[in-house]
Amino acid sequence: MNDITKLDNRLSIERSDPGRRAVMFKNELGSGDAIPAGLARKTAPRLPELSEFDVVRHYTKLSKINFSIDTNFYPLGSCTMKYNPKINEEVAAQPGFANLHPLSHDKASQGTLEMLYDLEKRLCALTGLDAFTLQPAAGAHSEFTGLLIAKAYFAKIGQSQRVDIICPDSAHGTNPATASMLGFNAINIKSGPDGRVDPTDLKAHLGDKTAVVMLTIPNTLGIFESRIEEIAEMAHKAGALVYMDGANFNALIGIVKPGDLGVDIMHINTHKTFSTPHGGGGPGAGGIGVKKQLENFLPVPRVKKDGETYRTDFCCPDSIGKVKAFFGNTGVLTRAYAYLLMHSKKELAGIAENAVLNANYMKSRLQDVFPAHSGDYCMHECVLTPPVALAAKGLKTLDIAKRLLDYGFHAPTIYFPLIVHEAIMIEPTETESKETMDAFIETMMKINEEGAADPQLLKDAPHTMPVKRLDEVLAARQPNLRW
Amino acid sequence: MFIANTQKDREEMLKAIGVSSVKDLLKQVPSKFLYPAFDLPEASLDEQQTARRMKTLADANTAPLSFLGAGAYERYIPAAVKALISRGEYLTAYTPYQPESSQGILQTIYEYQSSVCALYAMDCANASMYDGASAFGEAVRAAVRITCKKKVLCQETLNPQYLQTLKTYFANSHDYLFVTIPSKNGLVDMDKLAALLGTDTACVALQTPNFFGLLEDAPKISELAHKAGALVVAAADPVSLGLFIPPGEYGADFAVGEGQSLGLPLSYGGPYLGIFACKKEYVRQMPGRIAGMTKDKDGKRGFVLTLQAREQHIRRDKAASNICSNEALCALSATIYLALLGPEGLKELARTNAGAAAFAAKKLAGIKGAALKFKGAFFNEFVLDVKGDAAALREKVLAKDHIDIGLPLKDLYPALGPGALLVCATETKTEADLLRLEKAIREAI
Repeated sequence: MNDITKLDNRLSIERSDPGRRAVMFKNELGSGDAIPAGLARKTAPRLPELSEFDVVRHYTKLSKINFSIDTNFYPLGSCTMKYNPKINEEVAAQPGFANLHPLSHDKASQGTLEMLYDLEKRLCALTGLDAFTLQPAAGAHSEFTGLLIAKAYFAKIGQSQRVDIICPDSAHGTNPATASMLGFNAINIKSGPDGRVDPTDLKAHLGDKTAVVMLTIPNTLGIFESRIEEIAEMAHKAGALVYMDGANFNALIGIVKPGDLGVDIMHINTHKTFSTPHGGGGPGAGGIGVKKQLENFLPVPRVKKDGETYRTDFCCPDSIGKVKAFFGNTGVLTRAYAYLLMHSKKELAGIAENAVLNANYMKSRLQDVFPAHSGDYCMHECVLTPPVALAAKGLKTLDIAKRLLDYGFHAPTIYFPLIVHEAIMIEPTETESKETMDAFIETMMKINEEGAADPQLLKDAPHTMPVKRLDEVLAARQPNLRW
Repeated sequence: MFIANTQKDREEMLKAIGVSSVKDLLKQVPSKFLYPAFDLPEASLDEQQTARRMKTLADANTAPLSFLGAGAYERYIPAAVKALISRGEYLTAYTPYQPESSQGILQTIYEYQSSVCALYAMDCANASMYDGASAFGEAVRAAVRITCKKKVLCQETLNPQYLQTLKTYFANSHDYLFVTIPSKNGLVDMDKLAALLGTDTACVALQTPNFFGLLEDAPKISELAHKAGALVVAAADPVSLGLFIPPGEYGADFAVGEGQSLGLPLSYGGPYLGIFACKKEYVRQMPGRIAGMTKDKDGKRGFVLTLQAREQHIRRDKAASNICSNEALCALSATIYLALLGPEGLKELARTNAGAAAFAAKKLAGIKGAALKFKGAFFNEFVLDVKGDAAALREKVLAKDHIDIGLPLKDLYPALGPGALLVCATETKTEADLLRLEKAIREAI
């Protein structure tokens, strides 16, 4: 059973045995009143019938055919797959936090409110911004919140004609998607040859219709916008706001304050910078920081402090309202807070410094064989491309990515950013050791040799996973989405 | 903390790069922005001190015996749920971008989608949204997109958290018109609904049980809506579906729900689980990730993320939604929870909830100066009308007996009067708990 390629992949429903039970609820207080005619459920839902032991084995086995950072190096660029400290899980699971109802009386919620208040304060200090909301549930949800704040701000100052959001072509897809979700026009500007925003090109697009210039810093090529001061000044002069997508904040934490760069609105992703686990797709937790003039537009409730007492404040007439029910993903924020408690100023700077060092080490050792998109030093991640000789044999980035899986490494982010042909985007994060990175580098070199000697070996990869390459076209053409 | 590099490693790496310090790598950052002053603590806590500090904070949440519901419910979470989702293989994985190495999570997403479809009697479901309220907002957005109509009819008795989120999801857009369907005796007024429906109506957005805990006649609402050519977006509590008619059985086009009840802790509002399902003709209008079953090149069953042409990383500004990270681990909790309960356990759970709430209602309505506000059938919460001000009563009982008696509704629904209180009792409440509540209110009223 140790050979995962032979693992039994039956569904839970296919293991079901009618009449088998696990969790039961023995009724103590009667069954309630009669159900009104026509409102009773007619057919029982088709859920599996299993013993607790069946369920535990089924999901434990499935866990064994899943890559994770606890088990594998995960150099996914822009996703910042760093180690998730175990203490975070323990503290968030404490009954005092986990059992707190979101509508609890403030008097019964002082611990959580104090935690949220201090977390907001520390995030303000780290980003150089004046106020934070922790309501958004994830990064994209934060972008939605941030742009909504911009929209409300412009409405308030009588400039609702500002309907354009400018973002570079290297931006995450969420940036233009968020802009159009809110009825803005997403205006794409081309990156310059060095991968940075070209201020002259930006200037040509700026005007009295521009609401926000939305930048990822460092950008998705792992490069810092060196002319950010000039860019922010131009945007402000045109009456626009500057939004920073903080997906790559891991490169700057403790060494640069985005507020100093001229950023007016910024989001953070706790599952990237602040070590909270990503759970196979989520939950994340977001946060939006703003400069003073935008504070009144933040969602409600805000957490306020009066003397030594904390309270939730719903009375903010200019607020955009709510982006989700209740507060934010507090359970995730609790983990991020514990992580911050464990870092002094100097240790926070160490996160960014080691992230940058590790990324440059990978880049410098790999780029002779895997040409880098940029000759500059990188920040926290680098973008490489496949060896020319392999490309000549018809091998693609995808083939290299799939072969990496055979060696126990998750593939880097591939085919992103869109502006780099066959991109391989590598982000080791600060928590990986030199040993692990060396092993990855050797494997990349070995794959290059394998590809040169036997291209088919790569084209057929992976060979050691539970399944071979999957037919994605079939999946989309004949969707099978449920049992 | 958590950094593996030793001084020696760092020196070796700098040498390999060909620089003498990390500062040399940061030259692209204008020096005036580097290493500013930070208003942060000089010292950090070690792990034990952190645990101690966090325990102090957790203990400062005083944990009264609580009868709060209103969209988030105190639940028993089976030990197996917690044990399985704590496995690092699930907890510390990313979105399954490389399906061959992520079959575990992909199969669980497929099982989650299937369980949701079974529970809600719908054709398809996505891999999850942030929470019930944001799922509701996205479903109404989809309905407006599909019908190209502006008018959205929302029941007056919708959870206010949902309504506020819904409005934010359409913020500042002139493409819609929200109209409230008035209620009668705490339920949708069918005559008023019929009068409001017209060919300009995109959808009717309903919720059952409604904010007051009452069961709406969803089949009737759905029938009226469809007759007028409008779509139906139905929000339903998943546990209630152990007993009550699921949205698919009354023809809902979109069904959403708050999945917190399926094995997730309350955690002051999140992470929760936005359940999102629809009829198959609308699958390409669904936001978010979807997993599908397919075959590998040898014909073996496998799972992938599919129909990605709807999503932001492909379609950018033309995407159905901007959602990227979702609540995958919460969806896994729900999947495991439903597998542990099965159809029979779910029915038992729903009955236990209805039983606890009915018992509580009977006891509380027997107190002099308290009565049930509405007569309709309810699930696990109900509105109690107390003499005087419910908020003041809440304060008083919290201070004296360490019991949170429920949510006063005065601010949310002034028309109900100052005495309206939403009281919830789930499977976590024993007879002794409910008698304690009764005694405390009786003495304080």
